[in-house]
Amino acid sequence: MTPSDSTILRFEDVSLHFGATPALDHVSFEMQPGQTFVIQGAAGSGKTILLKVAVGLVRPDSGRVWLFGQEITHLREQDLFDLRTRVGILFQEGGLFDSLTVAENVAYPLINRRILHHAVKGSSNGNGDPAIEERVRETLRFVELEETLDKFPNELSGGMRRRVGIARAVVTEPALVLYDSPTAGLDPITAYTIISLILKERDQRNTATIMVTHRFQDGHLMANFRYNPNSGQIERAAGGSNSGQMSTKFLVMNAGRLVFEGTESEMQATQDPYVRKFLRLGGA
Amino acid sequence: MLDILKPAVEAFQDFVLLSVRAVRNIFRSPHYGDDILIQMDVIGVGSLFIVSLIGLFTGIVMALQMARALTIYGAQDQVGQIVSITLVRELGPVLTAVLVAGRNASGIASELGSMKVTEQIDAMRALGTDPIQKLVTPRLIATAVVLPLLTIISDFIGLAGGYFIASTMLGLTFSEYWTSAWQVLEYNDLAQGLIKPFVFAVVIALVGCFYGMRTSGGTQGVGRSTTSAVVSSSVWIFVLTAFITYVWNRAFAKQ
Repeated sequence: MTPSDSTILRFEDVSLHFGATPALDHVSFEMQPGQTFVIQGAAGSGKTILLKVAVGLVRPDSGRVWLFGQEITHLREQDLFDLRTRVGILFQEGGLFDSLTVAENVAYPLINRRILHHAVKGSSNGNGDPAIEERVRETLRFVELEETLDKFPNELSGGMRRRVGIARAVVTEPALVLYDSPTAGLDPITAYTIISLILKERDQRNTATIMVTHRFQDGHLMANFRYNPNSGQIERAAGGSNSGQMSTKFLVMNAGRLVFEGTESEMQATQDPYVRKFLRLGGA
Repeated sequence: MLDILKPAVEAFQDFVLLSVRAVRNIFRSPHYGDDILIQMDVIGVGSLFIVSLIGLFTGIVMALQMARALTIYGAQDQVGQIVSITLVRELGPVLTAVLVAGRNASGIASELGSMKVTEQIDAMRALGTDPIQKLVTPRLIATAVVLPLLTIISDFIGLAGGYFIASTMLGLTFSEYWTSAWQVLEYNDLAQGLIKPFVFAVVIALVGCFYGMRTSGGTQGVGRSTTSAVVSSSVWIFVLTAFITYVWNRAFAKQ
């Protein structure tokens, strides 16, 4: 069955093994525009690899993957580049180019997109293009890091690097943004700031968002909170948590298998022992 | 038994695949012109001083060594010829390439290796850039262009070093030395002296990129890749120079 063109992402019975260990074990799900997916699970449960398979960075052993309605399972790497420019990704370790400044890092996707689309002579810096410079400034203002334009990533703190990573992921206004453990290793205050930024991006542009996290609180915020453009803060969604929960889905992974898929309240009501243990230890 | 060979065969296959894609990308858009120029600067201009220095002393040593032997036979006026032939055919290309391998195969492997272990290569792919197009092909083009140029400079400075010894210790005049040094060279010597650095350049760039791109195991892995790149490219330079010389002599040997 081919998914409808509006489907953002679809996995159909996807499996992947590293040696004898399954990294993904018959995973299937479907994501529609405007939806938020929170993928949870212990370290090594296959969360990161799922994101990599979603954009074709890693190919599955079996099963099929559709991205923006196009099947990418057997697409050549060359043909994937254009599709990937429509997805924003925040890597677990940031994945920032350490030999480029913050401004050059954030400008990279813009310049790259222009190079791909016009196949013009490649350029490694965006100097001299006022439109790109303005967009970079605007995006860095969005993550409240405008003053770091000329700094190098290693001059920034962990939380700031994560914010630059978010800026680089969203600078092209992609239809889908993937966040791989955006709060891992951060203090609670910085983690809250990061989640606020992710909510701000999601709610201002209605971006489809997939967030991998091992912290239940992050998922709770994603499901129940909204960004309020008037106050500039995030607040509990008006009209009860229902509206938020409708569009936020929780996926729980264990040893490569998708053991749960549903809303936050369904997750709290489930009898699955692994999910229950995850919730109990996560302090939900 | 076959299991022992498997990793080596797989590595060779990966190397061939990388090479094919890197070369194919030369003819494909997009072209990262800025990156090619930056790499030419790093590899070419960056190596110029050390390559000139080594060229100079090679010429001086060659002339000194030959002077003693030639004086015995009263043939010291032929020192220019000997310095010229050995430098242009062999020592210039090989020594320059070994220096550039030490300086740049290591640099390329460690740079790409660090990018690999910190997920920057994956990030690049995820952002829609072909890492081979962006990182490998510019280094290949840049090295293939600048190494023959560096070799010409090194050869010339080596000859100048030889002239310094010939004039100060053997009393040769400017024209005696340079005329014999120039006239002894045939077109096929010059061709051999330019084909070699071109082949070595391809090996240095591709071996450096290959070890860089397959780095794993954190900072220790970067160290291992760097060492492997230098050792491997240096060994290949010597193997290939022997091979090219053999083939060349078979093809152009005077009847």
